[in-house]
Amino acid sequence: MISEIGHYALILALVLAAVQSVVPFWGARKGDVALMQTASPLSLMQFLLVAISFGILVHAYMVSDFSIRNVYENSHTDKPLIYKISGTWGNHEGSMLLWILILVLFGAMVAAFGKNLPMRLKANVLAVQAWISFAFLWFILQTSNPFWRLDPAPLQGQDLNPLLQDIGLAIHPPLLYLGYVGFSITFSFAVAALIEGRLDSAWARWVRPWALLAWMFLTIGISMGSYWAYYELGWGGWWFWDPVENASFMPWLAGTALLHSAIVVEKRNALRVWTVLLAILTFSLSLLGTFIVRSGLLTSVHSFAVDPERGVFILAILAVFIVGSLTLFVLRASSLTEGGVFAPVSREGALILNNLFLSAATATVFIGTLYPMFYEAISGEKISVGPPFFNLTFVPLVIPLLFAIPYGPFLAWKRGDLIAVTQRLMAAYGVALAAIFIVYIFVADGPVLAPLGIGLGVWLVAGAFSELLWRAKAFQSSFQETWRRLSNLPRASYGAALGHAGMGLTVLGAVAVTAYGTEVLKDMKTGDTIETGGYVMTFKEIRPERANNYVQDIAVFDVTKEGRFITELAPAKRVYVARQFPTTEAAIHTNWFSQLFLSLGDVKADGTAVVRAYYKPWVTLIWIGTIVMFVGGCLSLADRRLRIGVPQKKRAVPALPEAAE
Amino acid sequence: MRFLSALTLMMFVFTGGFANAVNPDEVLDNPALEQRARALSADLRCLVCQNQSIDDSDADFARDMRVIVRERLVAGDSDEQVIEFMVARYGEFVLLKPRFAAHTIFLWVSPFVVFLAGLLLIIYWKRSQSRVNLATQTLNDEEEAALKALVDKEKQS
Repeated sequence: MISEIGHYALILALVLAAVQSVVPFWGARKGDVALMQTASPLSLMQFLLVAISFGILVHAYMVSDFSIRNVYENSHTDKPLIYKISGTWGNHEGSMLLWILILVLFGAMVAAFGKNLPMRLKANVLAVQAWISFAFLWFILQTSNPFWRLDPAPLQGQDLNPLLQDIGLAIHPPLLYLGYVGFSITFSFAVAALIEGRLDSAWARWVRPWALLAWMFLTIGISMGSYWAYYELGWGGWWFWDPVENASFMPWLAGTALLHSAIVVEKRNALRVWTVLLAILTFSLSLLGTFIVRSGLLTSVHSFAVDPERGVFILAILAVFIVGSLTLFVLRASSLTEGGVFAPVSREGALILNNLFLSAATATVFIGTLYPMFYEAISGEKISVGPPFFNLTFVPLVIPLLFAIPYGPFLAWKRGDLIAVTQRLMAAYGVALAAIFIVYIFVADGPVLAPLGIGLGVWLVAGAFSELLWRAKAFQSSFQETWRRLSNLPRASYGAALGHAGMGLTVLGAVAVTAYGTEVLKDMKTGDTIETGGYVMTFKEIRPERANNYVQDIAVFDVTKEGRFITELAPAKRVYVARQFPTTEAAIHTNWFSQLFLSLGDVKADGTAVVRAYYKPWVTLIWIGTIVMFVGGCLSLADRRLRIGVPQKKRAVPALPEAAE
Repeated sequence: MRFLSALTLMMFVFTGGFANAVNPDEVLDNPALEQRARALSADLRCLVCQNQSIDDSDADFARDMRVIVRERLVAGDSDEQVIEFMVARYGEFVLLKPRFAAHTIFLWVSPFVVFLAGLLLIIYWKRSQSRVNLATQTLNDEEEAALKALVDKEKQS
């Protein structure tokens, strides 16, 4: 009975989405205030209904209601409660519902926090948002309904894919979707601007926080997925250029470009046409990602159950939204004039360069990911495009971009001075060169160019902090004065600096672990030792263990360094009973930024085990860097200038009716 | 080109590196050969897996392929010959690094073509924009006032 309420709420949400698609839009065309004002309550109501529906599905998972097919197929009574809950979105239907929940959440946020938006813009934005939610609500009800019943209800469920029975599933998809779907708002703003034919710097000021918010969550979502793959898949890789990773990476790259181009619109009223196009493309890439993951067209570790009907349906949604918005763009873009004069060497110029590199990088990932599919469609032959391709194309494209980053914030608007900026960056150059030198002298092994890679990471971090110190006129006055100036810098300055520094940390970690990581591989019996990265691991014992829903062989190692006992590590090989599915559970010891990663291979009957030990220097910086980027985003959002509604608070906007009861 | 690509590879192999599923009994005694085998394996796709190289995959099939690579190396094949052998046997799908040939030229050059095209577009746009600005640019109030002040000063003197 409860499930029927969830099902019903979902249908009701579809109906509301249909109303919201038309009424506020019509009101905006006719200038009818009453019609435009329906947008906010409708958005809030839609969110409430989808939230009820989602909550009921979660409840069905918690109580293991196997009369619901989706729960039967993806859950099991022996699973710990947390994995029952997170299992709600560990499958196609449930994750689609989460996707929609986040979509309508963003709509509701615009409704709730966008009180100072011009009424017409707000009505249009929410109408466009409703077009998207209508399409996906229809999709889920038509092809992927999570509330279908089974009669008679089975006694036991089929369990969740054991790789997904991990805290990672509770964290990674919600964060990722907040990012992915968050870009729907910038899309709606762009389409609304095109419909109205009005786009000014105020528009950019409204759009930027949303772009930033989505970007922050996408950053951290991708990063958490990377760390999850790193420890769960059992061999310690952190980026695989897997089609689905690429699917999330493309909107990230485009979204990063959007974040930067929106600054130019806001500050200088230039790049407007391009920014609107980027906003459309970014969300289109998010939609493409959704399509890639759920169509089964590309093989990847993320595949959901494949059903051709779903693929065709999403393809249709994709086509309508992308073709529709681009057509609108072509029709209306000429009505948006470009303002703002600037010299090639200027902040504007630097941000355009940033956009050029990021767009080319996005195109690279796009072509590399989809080329095999198109080639097969044309010739019938299969080819692969894997990591070596991206290392040879993507990486050379981003290295110049990374090098140029510290220059950007130093350049003045309109007309900058490269030589003066280079002088201001002397300290950063010095630190980076010192790092290169130190690594070159003291780290014997490793690839020839690795010190340069380390230098690049250090350069990014040093460059970011140089900018803050320069703005605070450090070393030119007393310490107190510098401190006062530092604390008076706008938060957005700190945000940008942390964003760039975080990127530097990620580069540092990536280069270090790639160039200087070590690995050993050995057949071990109890009592044997294995050594890597200065750690000695002694194989103490291997014993079988039984948990609620799996059995495992767990191996216990004593880890010592220079004779001192450090820790005990216990990697395991598990078999999940319900699906007879084996997984590898790595054991990790973290020492500051570096990790010792121990993984268990095949175990023979005589107790001999294949053991793989990796020393991964500075590896955690990869993810710490993304957290720093996230924090930078938070600081920027907290900036007074961006705080939604601050500048226009005074202008009386008629109080909007609260959500209908 | 080859040199450049080798350099880039040495510096940044953004694959997460060291992935491996190699078992001790597969490892060759000759470390130089083993290193070549590892490098080759990283570029060969495990055909039964979702999207993994044979160096990464635990699958039996990947293991068989790794053993074949090593057998060919021990038999004295060059890296190119091993690749040829694997392609002859499994088709081009096995190559994670697609060949540079007529059917992949679009793939390989497009990143740089996109970049250059973007650059040209920006240059073209900047030029046309500065022409437009020269033609239509007007002074704002502040500039107007400054100009007037200058002219007045000139008149007075």
